Formats: sequence, C-alpha cells, structure tokens
Amino acid sequence: MPLYEAIRLAFSSIRAQKLKSFFSAVGVMIGVTFLIAVVSVVQGMNVYMTDKFAGALIGVNTFQLRSRPNITMGNITDEMWREWPRRQRITVDDAEYIRANLTVPARTAIEGFDQMTIRWEGREAAQIQVHTTDAEYFRIKKWDIAEGRAFSPQEVRIGADVVVLGNDLARRLFENRDPIGETISVGGLPHRVIGVVAPQGTLFGISLDKFAVTPITSPVRRLVNRPRVIDDFHIQTDNVPLMRAAMEEVTALMRARRGLRPGEENNFHLETAEGALSEWEKVSGILFLALPGLVAISLVVGGIVIMNIMLMAVAERTREIGIRKALGAKRRDIMAQFIVESATLSVTGAAIGIATGLLLALAVRTFTPLPAAVAPWSIVVGVALGILVGMVAGITPARQASRLDPIAALRHE
Amino acid sequence: MTQAIIRLEGITREYLMGGERIRALAGVDLEIARNEYVAIMGPSGSGKSTMMNVLGCLDTPTAGRYWLNGHEVSRMGDDALARIRNREIGFVFQTFNLLPRATALANVELPLVYAGVSSRERRRRAESALERVGLGERMDHRPNELSGGQRQRVAIARALVNEPSILLADEPTGNLDSSTSEEIMRVFGQLHAHGQTVVLVTHEPDIADHAHRVVVLRDGLVDSDRRRPAAAAGAA
Ligand SMILES: Nc1ncnc2c1ncn2[C@@H]1O[C@H](COP(=O)(O)OP(=O)(O)O)[C@@H](O)[C@H]1O
Ligand SMILES: [Mg+2]
Repeated sequence: MPLYEAIRLAFSSIRAQKLKSFFSAVGVMIGVTFLIAVVSVVQGMNVYMTDKFAGALIGVNTFQLRSRPNITMGNITDEMWREWPRRQRITVDDAEYIRANLTVPARTAIEGFDQMTIRWEGREAAQIQVHTTDAEYFRIKKWDIAEGRAFSPQEVRIGADVVVLGNDLARRLFENRDPIGETISVGGLPHRVIGVVAPQGTLFGISLDKFAVTPITSPVRRLVNRPRVIDDFHIQTDNVPLMRAAMEEVTALMRARRGLRPGEENNFHLETAEGALSEWEKVSGILFLALPGLVAISLVVGGIVIMNIMLMAVAERTREIGIRKALGAKRRDIMAQFIVESATLSVTGAAIGIATGLLLALAVRTFTPLPAAVAPWSIVVGVALGILVGMVAGITPARQASRLDPIAALRHE
Repeated sequence: MTQAIIRLEGITREYLMGGERIRALAGVDLEIARNEYVAIMGPSGSGKSTMMNVLGCLDTPTAGRYWLNGHEVSRMGDDALARIRNREIGFVFQTFNLLPRATALANVELPLVYAGVSSRERRRRAESALERVGLGERMDHRPNELSGGQRQRVAIARALVNEPSILLADEPTGNLDSSTSEEIMRVFGQLHAHGQTVVLVTHEPDIADHAHRVVVLRDGLVDSDRRRPAAAAGAA
C-alpha cells in the first residue's frame, strides 16, 4: 500500500476516535511543547544577551579595568570571594598612567558609582545609580541627550556641581515640568540639572533610565569613593582586534605598575561583554544540556502511552486485520499500516505541541520581561522526534497485528 | 487433468485441543475443473469450513498437497499465500466480513489496494463489480446502511473485483432469509454462467440444487461426490 494511502487511512482511524487519539498523543505533545518553548526562550535570551545586555551594560568593543568582576554569573569559589575584597582599588593614577602609555587609539573614561537618594521639592527617588565620570562617558555609552546638554571637559576640570538625568528619573521628579536649570539634591548635595538622556528602554523588565551622571570631580564624589579611587576605567576601541590589543597592553601596563612577577595571577580584572556573555553561555549550555533529558522523559512516556493505545487498537481491530489479510494484505502491509498510524498519531501530537510551544513562547514574551525567539531547527527536531517516537512505539503493536492468524482474526468478535 | 484448477491430494488438517488431536480433514482427495459449480455439504463439524479455509489459502494443511492452477500452494510461504489470496481467490463469508467504517465502494476496492492498482483504476473496477451484483446505486453506503442481502452482494463484488480463478463461499446464505438467499444464489448462478468457477458450502439441499456437483464430507473425508448432469444453475 502506498504511503499516502496508509497516512490517509491512519487519519481516518484517528478521526474515528478523536478524544482517545488526543489523549494518547498528549505525552508527545507535552515533550514537544517543552522543546519548542524552552528553545525559544533560551534562543531569545541569546539574542537579547548579545544585542542588548552586553551593549547596554558594558558597550560594544569596550572593556573596563576594575579591581574585581562586576557581572558574575558563573561559579565563584570561596577563595575568589575572599581574595576580591583584599584587592588594591583602581585609582585615577592608574588611569592616567594607562592613558599616557597606551599605543592603541581608544576613547577612555574613569568612573565611580554608588546608589543614592535624589530629592527635588519634596519628591524623592531612592536607590538611584549615580555615576561620577568624564565627559567622554556619554560617547562610550552611546547616550543621546534628549533635553539640555551633557557636561563638558571644562566642567569636569573645575568640578562643576552639574548633573545629567536618566529619562525615568527626570519624569519621576519633574513629571511634565522642564528639569533644566533646576537644582536637585544628590545624596544631600545640591547639583544643577543641565540635561536629560534619551530613553534607553528596559533590560529584563528593569528600567535602564533611572540614573544620574555628574562630573567625577563634582561635590558628590566624596560620597562615592575615597579620593583618587575609581570603580571603572572604560576603554573603548573601534573594533575587536584593537580591543584585544588594548587589553593586552593594559594588562601588561598594570602588571608592571603593580610589580607582578611572571606566573603571579592578575590582581585586577578586565571586564568585557564577551566575559559576561561567556557566563551566560555557560547558563544556557546547562539549560541545553538538561533539555534533552526532560524532552526525552516526556517522549518516552508519550511513546509508551502510544504503544499501549496501539496495542489496544490492534486488539479491537483484530477482525479488520483478519479481513485485510484474507483479501491479500501481506505481513509488511499490516506492519506498515500500524506503524504509519502510530507515527501519524505521534506527529499529530507533535504538531499540536509545536503550536502550544509557540503560543507559550509568545505568552512568555508578552507577559514577562524574558524575550523569546523561535528557532526553526527546534520545529524540525519536534516533527522528526514525533515521527521517530511514533514509529518506535508502533513496532511492537504492528508486529503483533502482522502475525495474527487470518482465520482466528476473522472469528474474533 | 490440465483442466483442474484445484487438486487436493491427501489433505489433512489436525487441531490440538487440550492434548487431544482433532482431525478436521482426514486425507481429502479432490479435483475441481475450470468453470465447475460445486456445492460442499455435510453435517456440522464434518470439516467443510476447514476445507474452504485450506482452499482459500487462509489455512495451511497439516499434511497433503494442494495445487492451484498447477502451482503447489501447500509449499508456499506467507507472502506468496497473501498474493494468491489477493489474485486467485475470491472469498465470501457467512458473516460478510465488511469493514464497518468503509463505504461499499471502499470495501470493494480493498483487494485492489493490496494488488497495487492505481486509485482511479480501483474506483473504475470496484464500480463495475458493484454494478455486476446490482448495487450500482448503493456505492456510497456503509454496511450498516445496507440490508443483509445487499451486504452479501458487496462481499461478492469484493470477491470478484480482482477477477479470481475461483470464488469460494462458506455458507453465503446462512445469515439470510430464504427470498434473499434465492437472490444471492441467482447472482452466483449468473457468475457461473459467465465462466466463473464457484465452490460453496451449504447444508441446505435447495441451495445445493443450484450447483452441478455436490461433494459431501463426513468426518473429514469425502463421503460422496455426485455430478448432476441436469444442472440448471447457469440457466437460473
Ligand atoms: N481452530 C480450531 N481449533 C480446534 N478445533 C477446530 C478448529 N476449527 C475447527 N475445529 C474442529 O474441526 C472440526 C471441523 O470443523 P469445521 O471445519 O468448522 O466444520 P463445519 O464447517 O463442517 O461445521 C470440528 O470438530 C471443529 O470442532
Ligand atoms: Mg462451518
């Protein structure tokens, strides 16, 4: 019997018992739903992490010299936790030294930051990230100014008490009023608002627009770090090879400056988007490692359910099998009929699973801050697994059917 | 001898039932020629159905030899037997044995599906077979929408559709009332008149009267084998 006839026959059997067919395919459906949904979310996270997370938090072709990592997602040993706080902090002098000796063309900015409460006329915003930095910082971050202006190198030199606000913070304090020229309290110290940064959106549902930026020399610097100590030294190049070269030079300069002998570990840290991403890749790697197991479990269960349903179908349709054999069906015709039926059942389950998986991914994207992007390969894998599970589950029932004795089968009631 | 379509030599079929050996056929010798119309009679349990199943290649004899169209069927394997059932044999059962969910047309097409006939050709041949048994108007009906007589006609059309060498019928009228039985017997008569070889089992003498040869079985052996020269089956 040609394959398309067998598939048509299978569909008519499935249609004859819609509810039973549906429940028998539920296991495969769940497995494939899971596959599609998890892959979509992880894939979405990948795109998100690469495009947005790295770009927003660190910047493209940019690295930061720090005393210890800022973004950590991987395994951190107790020893690392003990060693990090004892590290010598990065200072303005380190930054000056690097600026003076770095041969790779680069944009740089020093930065200190802390969380503070900001007030204006009785309104307050707590836990606002306050960055104290250079004028170049805006360019490194690729922040556009929506209102007013950024501060100038001169204002940094003289330690002007000016501040540029993130968009959400500006709206929170000033609502529809014009913030430019108003004096706000940053950690209790007065600063004059000179600009507002264009909206940066959200990352995992968290606003990227709740911050304030002042010159590294402004009055608030005293609340952020001890004199001359900084948190980050940002170095931005034009492309990846230049960034790699710059990182090598900075490492060499810092090791020399700190008198580290060959073989001694770096006692400072260079943070890159890549580094942060490699941690994410570890996390997604673990997810992708666990996924096959979870999918496999539901598919095995689904396969067993289908096998039992097919065994029941063979028992119920013994007479039909007898009739077919009496009319000339060979063993392999009967085998094929039941394997195709089993596979069709399973693939139908997989197709429903793909649909629900996609809906689930869509729901995740719509109702949670987590992104989701459908991976076409996961759909192909879903269909292939559906066929495979169905065929394997169908083997035993089909063999049983094909071995029935025609006379005994015809007598069956 | 070359005219024999069926030749049985010492056909034996034994069953084991709880350690006891039952001889349903105890060494049957029989020859049936092309275009014969044979009725097999005998008391219940005499081995009629067993014999039909062997003739129809649904069952294999414990001992003895069976030639169909000169080929020794008793030595064939499963697939070869399936092919013989499909091409050479049309079987009509007492209980019709139609697929309940399929239409009359689909039921009749079934042997052609296993013969690998294209769907268009299948349809054409199934329609013509249904017309031959007078069911041209009922092709899209399912078995439960047909009377007993109509169901048996569908079964006969299905048995005929692949143009078999022999048409076997095991008590084809056993589930039908007498007037419907007459109808069905007229169909067999017409088929025989058109050259079909027919072997049918019955225990009703007036049904057997349609045949021109009556073989009586008793305890798994041929008890009598009478030809009726006045056979009027073809003219019925
Ligand atoms: N599958 C079977 N297992 C055991 N005994 C059987 C089987 N089929 C038939 N028989 C026995 O073989 C004998 C002949 O049966 P059967 O050919 O059906 O007779 P008939 O059709 O003439 O009534 C009976 O005694 C019956 O009980
Ligand atoms: Mg019988």
